[in-house]
Amino acid sequence: MKVASASKTNETALLRNKQGLGYFLQRDWQLYLLLLIPLSFVIVFKYLPMTGLVLAFKDYKIARGVWGSEWVGFEVFRDIFSKPDFTRAVRNTLMLNILDLIFSFTMPIVLALLLNEVKSVRFKRVNQTMLYLPHFLSWVIIGAIAYQLLSQGNGVVNNLIELMGGNRVPFLQEDTHWLISYLAIGVWSSMGWGTIIYLAAISGINPEMYEAATVDGAGRWRKVWNITVPSIRATIVTLLIMNLGKIMEGSFERIFVLQNKATTEYTTTIPVLVYRWGIESGNFSRATAIGLFQSVIGILLVITADRVAKKLGEDGIL
Amino acid sequence: MRALTGNPAASRKGRLDIWELLIRLVLIIASLACLLPFLHVVSKSLSSDSFVIANKVFLWPQGFTIEAYKKIFADASILRSLYISVIVTVLFTILGMVLTICAAYPLSRSQLKGRRVITFIFLFTMYFSGGIIPDYMNINNLGLMDTIWSLILPLSFSAFNLLIMKTSLTSGIPVSLEESARIDGAGHFRILLSIVIPLSKPIIATLSLFYAVGRWNVYQDALFYIKHEISLRPLQLKLYYLVIQASESFQLEATQVSLSNPEVLKASVVVFATLPILCVYPFVQKYFVQGVMLGAVKE
Repeated sequence: MKVASASKTNETALLRNKQGLGYFLQRDWQLYLLLLIPLSFVIVFKYLPMTGLVLAFKDYKIARGVWGSEWVGFEVFRDIFSKPDFTRAVRNTLMLNILDLIFSFTMPIVLALLLNEVKSVRFKRVNQTMLYLPHFLSWVIIGAIAYQLLSQGNGVVNNLIELMGGNRVPFLQEDTHWLISYLAIGVWSSMGWGTIIYLAAISGINPEMYEAATVDGAGRWRKVWNITVPSIRATIVTLLIMNLGKIMEGSFERIFVLQNKATTEYTTTIPVLVYRWGIESGNFSRATAIGLFQSVIGILLVITADRVAKKLGEDGIL
Repeated sequence: MRALTGNPAASRKGRLDIWELLIRLVLIIASLACLLPFLHVVSKSLSSDSFVIANKVFLWPQGFTIEAYKKIFADASILRSLYISVIVTVLFTILGMVLTICAAYPLSRSQLKGRRVITFIFLFTMYFSGGIIPDYMNINNLGLMDTIWSLILPLSFSAFNLLIMKTSLTSGIPVSLEESARIDGAGHFRILLSIVIPLSKPIIATLSLFYAVGRWNVYQDALFYIKHEISLRPLQLKLYYLVIQASESFQLEATQVSLSNPEVLKASVVVFATLPILCVYPFVQKYFVQGVMLGAVKE
């Protein structure tokens, strides 16, 4: 509330009819009262935890509490940067997310372009309904289905492979196979849902452009390439920027259900390490520091990507 | 590609050419890929042990039986998890909507002083957060560990939903409508209850679904915050321990229901946990699409 009232005085000073802060508070007190409820929630559950970030710069001892613990500057960071697990986690997080970006990000664009080319409304609708389905399943359920499908001993995919005379594949039990399965499951769960936003963007394209192109003798693919794709470019760039910000994150839930003891090579990622160091082992300083490292890099990436996008003449998001 | 430019008029009329067929084929494969895995799990859950052990179940139940489901319904801990999930989802959705409306309505009124700063305070949380450990310690300090409230309160404010609601109210409730109500002597509370909320039913329904499905599907916070109170585990977490980690077995292992193969049971628990979503899916899908499109609208 304090910040709000400070700006209020600034803004009111600029107003022609020099009405004071009291006037607005009195006139709109009901609105401010309404705002107090969500504001208190945000302060308690979003801003209060941010103060906990000081742990990254302290040698946290439970007995002495957050504020009683000793300041150590960047010692905690120096400590985690020297850990081999940390290097591995950064490498894996970057690798998994970049690969994810290549496959899970482009697949919805391709699907949306294909769906848009289908003329039958009914065919389109039935397809979309099926494609959206995985989005509504939780990662636990997706993980459970993945095990039912892909496990080496009795997964149905392996049963089929064996039936056709092949050898059983350790889809989820061996590092490289795990990586491919992980990516495929990601594509599977998000490809349909991701099309919605692109289809919305496509529906906003002026049909006259297509008519003009037809008159000029453009074929189906020429129209897709020269009209549809450029028209949704802004949407693609916006989503790309937002995804770039997450490139150091990655979903904890997704990795956590799909990981197992046999595949630690690629499953050691930043969120998993935060969980292991912090919640399992109770080393809060270290886990907070790695979490902070990840958020800062994430924000820097978003800002950089946004700048680059603007330089290239796109809208950006900030 | 060149061959296609032959008769552009024909393709616009929707005649089936080779490309149209190819596109449809790709789309059919993609949607079957989304559907068949689930169909397989359903078939497995309805099959008898011997066929599953022999790896003979594909897309149709073999030796149809509902023994596994009988066992689930006889397992008190699974039913309690379902109950916890339902309670948490309902309370969470109500609270989430109250917070969203309380924030969105004032912020959608252009006369409100300081609304840009307050909007920023809300939206900043979308880009930066304390992270897992500070959140965890916060819940711990507030004494919410191992309580149902740890699953309801922390996530109940969503900046994204606020944005959607705010955009919808700004364009949906004209200031003139509000002003005329004020001239008639209505206060903001009155306007909110008798004008804004009734007029915003579609968007409220949409966002409620966002909240409900979101809450239903998350298991991360339960994994962190529900440590010792096993009876408070929501369904997703229960499912995690039961199926993925396989660290828990079914409570009533030695009842009259005889099932030797955990695979059938696992499959049926997966279906059991998905059923609520599948039941509402046809109805909510439309709203979800609307919501996503609203969210895509930049202010």
